[in-house]
Amino acid sequence: MDPKTLRYAPTHEWAKLDGAECTVGISQFAVEQLTDIVYIELPEVGDHVFSGESFGEIESVKAVSDLYSPINGEITAINEKLLDDPTRIATDPYGKGWMIKIKAEPGSTLDHLMTLEGYEKQIASEEH
Amino acid sequence: VALGNWESIAVAFRTPLYDWHVAHGARMVDFAGWDMPIQYTSIIEEHQAVRTDAGLFDISHMGRLSFAGPDSLSLIQQVYTNNAGTLKDFQVRYGLICNAAGGIRDDVLVYRWPYGYAMVVNASNREKIVAWLAEHKGARSVEVSDRTPETCMVAVQGPRALERCRSLTAADGSQIPYYHAAATTYRGKPCIVSRTGYTGEDGLEFMLSSGQALELWEELIARGAKPCGLGARDTLRLEAAMPLYGHELGEEIDPLQAGLGWAVKWDKGDFLGREALVRRKNDPSLPQRVGLELEGKRIAREGAAVTRDGRTLGRVTSGTFAPTLGKSIAMAYVAADAAAPGSGCEVDIRGKGVSAQVVSLPFYRRPR
Repeated sequence: MDPKTLRYAPTHEWAKLDGAECTVGISQFAVEQLTDIVYIELPEVGDHVFSGESFGEIESVKAVSDLYSPINGEITAINEKLLDDPTRIATDPYGKGWMIKIKAEPGSTLDHLMTLEGYEKQIASEEH
Repeated sequence: VALGNWESIAVAFRTPLYDWHVAHGARMVDFAGWDMPIQYTSIIEEHQAVRTDAGLFDISHMGRLSFAGPDSLSLIQQVYTNNAGTLKDFQVRYGLICNAAGGIRDDVLVYRWPYGYAMVVNASNREKIVAWLAEHKGARSVEVSDRTPETCMVAVQGPRALERCRSLTAADGSQIPYYHAAATTYRGKPCIVSRTGYTGEDGLEFMLSSGQALELWEELIARGAKPCGLGARDTLRLEAAMPLYGHELGEEIDPLQAGLGWAVKWDKGDFLGREALVRRKNDPSLPQRVGLELEGKRIAREGAAVTRDGRTLGRVTSGTFAPTLGKSIAMAYVAADAAAPGSGCEVDIRGKGVSAQVVSLPFYRRPR
């Protein structure tokens, strides 16, 4: 996926809405900050997720971190390949590293999330 | 995803290589009051460099104390559990410094020179140990000087470490036996080299004037040693099951519980903590240090409860994903009756019980 077409949460998840289907992953910046990802826990298909709440966990050698849903809805797919090989998240965060697909609640938008430009401003302020 | 705090914090001490670390993109963290590199690229990459080739560590935060005067040995013997009296010139020996109750104040290396002794202590305990030595010095004729500020310390570790350091110093590292040291020179100036380390690999540690830190560091990089941060140092020492002060060792833990009874010499004469250790020696109520291998790849972090059939056996003191083994490993203190290798248990990881097994230590032993 083209990072320019995605929306970003302050907690470094990206989201892409296609009709009612929302795909979620984490940003290149997040991957670079985490480094050494060894484990990911994802929800199950059918689970309900809520905007701003944890949908799973990602573990690197240094620390374990929650993953936050950008939207309310129901899980329709998870990227099972990540469970066996979480390094895919680091090598291709916007493609093969996608994490979950959510059937968004009717009327949901991603307007509350940042554009790439806004997100880049945030990470520039985090980096120094 | 919550990324945690990677921002460097203004802390009290910087090593002479601080500017190099920052200029080369290291992530800096506060370690025992020192602004230290935790990683340059990736912990796993740096870890593998040490297991397969040679890694380079700035360990200038470690405390370097030197002892001069006729009563140096007597003072060391009083505070140290191992026997410094049988050290030969240029020999190095691991041991503990205990409080009166037998708890560990620090774990240290003692170096014997023809002209005196030296001690390398943990950064977190440096001031405490300097004060402890002053407190127990009594009427002895000995001067302890803290050489940490004006010197630096660099470790080169890995199967190719000696090769990468060939002819680096006037006395070649490969001629130094294991746990021995040489007082030699680097580019004409005094340098101590020892065949010691904290990674489970063969290698050398260098102590020299801070003014030479950068030239030594850059020469070692040019010779192919890869800079490694404290993150890899931690995963390496964990695989080798070496205890870390503040985790496996502390004032409430004695050397016997920690599995370091081999570094306590009962017949060397009296030393601080000896009487308490005699009492603690056969106390079955004291938890013991064990190794755990966990199912799956989740990491047991410090403080995680270890249980069996609903009974709490103890707590994890350090855990990681072991890159060399491809497994999740941990060290823990558990009830003595649950410490036998092969016994099963569960580790609570964020509310979920993960199956684990007590295994014999170390997790990793280098091929020889």
